[in-house]
Amino acid sequence: MGEPCRGSSAAAGNVPRVKIAVCVKYVPDIQSDRQLVGGRTVRDGGDGTLNELDENALEAALSLVEASGEGEVVVVTVGPDDAVDAVRRGLQMGADEAVHVLDDAIVGSDAIGTAHVLAAALRQVGGVDLVVTGMAGLDGLTSLVPAALAALLDVPALPLAAQVDVTGSTVRVTRHLDHATEVLEADLPALVSVTDQANEPRYPNFKGIMAAKKKPVTTLTLADLGLDAALVGAAGARTEVLEAAPRPAREDRVLITDTGDAGVRLAAYLVENQLV
Amino acid sequence: MSDILVLLDHTADGALRASVRELVTLARDLAGASSGTVRGAWAVDGAEPSAAALAELGALGVTHVHRLTSDADLRVAAVLAEGLAALLAELGDPTGGGVGVLLGVSSFEVKEVAAHLAVATGAGVVTDADALERVDGALVAGKTVFAGTWTTRTAVRAALAIVLLKPNSVVASDASDAVEPHVSELAFPASAAASRVRVVERTERPATGRPDLGSAHIVVVGGRGTEGDFTPLEELADVLGGAVGATRVATDEGWIGHDAQIGQTGVTISPRLYIGAGVSGAVHHRGGMQASGTIVAINSDPDAPIFEIADYGIVGDLTAVVPQLTQELRRRQG
Repeated sequence: MGEPCRGSSAAAGNVPRVKIAVCVKYVPDIQSDRQLVGGRTVRDGGDGTLNELDENALEAALSLVEASGEGEVVVVTVGPDDAVDAVRRGLQMGADEAVHVLDDAIVGSDAIGTAHVLAAALRQVGGVDLVVTGMAGLDGLTSLVPAALAALLDVPALPLAAQVDVTGSTVRVTRHLDHATEVLEADLPALVSVTDQANEPRYPNFKGIMAAKKKPVTTLTLADLGLDAALVGAAGARTEVLEAAPRPAREDRVLITDTGDAGVRLAAYLVENQLV
Repeated sequence: MSDILVLLDHTADGALRASVRELVTLARDLAGASSGTVRGAWAVDGAEPSAAALAELGALGVTHVHRLTSDADLRVAAVLAEGLAALLAELGDPTGGGVGVLLGVSSFEVKEVAAHLAVATGAGVVTDADALERVDGALVAGKTVFAGTWTTRTAVRAALAIVLLKPNSVVASDASDAVEPHVSELAFPASAAASRVRVVERTERPATGRPDLGSAHIVVVGGRGTEGDFTPLEELADVLGGAVGATRVATDEGWIGHDAQIGQTGVTISPRLYIGAGVSGAVHHRGGMQASGTIVAINSDPDAPIFEIADYGIVGDLTAVVPQLTQELRRRQG
């Protein structure tokens, strides 16, 4: 975030206020029948929801603010009209305000294009000490946005946190990788992405749901952000989905009930099909 | 003509990871079609390429191995991305015979590197690819999405393509003629910005003696139905030379380590053979395994959703079926 990111008003002698931005995505419910049309995920039709993994990001941000005693959480999303539901859910969980970047020119953005929009939105928000994201969007699952966003904001990236701690102006994460466990550290401002093992997200209670109705949601366009439209949308995308089709159902499927020899029969199947 | 650069994922003691063999095999096919060469980038993050790794790379047809070295910590994604950017710059513009494609393993770590590199170079990135070909000069990657229920083909529209390949997408093979790779060093100064992330601690996971879960050809997976006893599954995996995985329930119960969790937030696998025992097949789990070659399911509940996607389903008690299967496979192996 470079310069606009810092600027926490830590008046002498006061507890510094921590300002955390949480980036969330509106995605089709993974239990629904998801579709691609024209190479793009269909995100309308009422099956949309806050990306489940972003609830872990919201929970991490809210707990950090609660632990530090004072601070605020801004929830930010980029997406179509209905995406406002995603930030609304964040407000119900306890975030203080929301930003929704809504612009037809964003349609067709790839992960890097989306990161450009989020970076511009976070600069507009200003004074952010820590950016928190989920570990992946359950639609595209590329996990590219967090590190790309950190690079664009020029802040250190600490992805895949199973645990996040902020002490003073230092953030420390523990992460479990395929072959190792790492502890990473960086000074704020910084970006972390959290896994679904980081915490148990809270459910919005009645009070939270009522309070959210009064919280501000700012809608911004690319022009408001001063972002060059050539960087985003289909025009700015460096990848293009040419074709998408439902995978044909598996053929020649076998279902048996064990009557005492299923293990032997399975062994024969595996050998016949040269699987072992 | 353009060259292909492969990021050489390796262990802490300098051995190549199995999935790199697949990357190089694919790179060779692509490079052959455009009379380019296959180069490898080795991050010297504490481990130098072992003699065995270099011999393996030579047999695979890698002509150049570029050792990336720096005063900065190459385990940090932003640092490695700067090293790769420096190497790509040294090798020249893709349009002028430089590198047009960077191939890597589709892991969370490499995705971080790819994201940094894409921002720095303007590259287009495809993650989780299972195929890659050149169509009329454009690079087109195949991948499955939505928990393996859709297949897509994605073209890269940038001069540099970064394609991250899922393990088991390609059958690895050696080149027809082995080469002796030319080994060189690129020492690069990382920026202060990239070094802002400090690795306070890194603990390598001890080897299990079984193949890596992410790249194993055969994976035996246990779920709630095991009721915590993974012994029969481990015995089956060992007869098959496979890896052992688990569902979220099993790892949350502490029956097996979290690193064994298969699912869209755990390890995504696409082995040739998946055997699930006592696995119900919740959508989060399916998202991490549905692209597997052949799916075998053993579950006492005939309504378990995993039977909807199983090639071979057995309604039965896993404590009877699994040991019988292991015993029969042992008998056939003689």
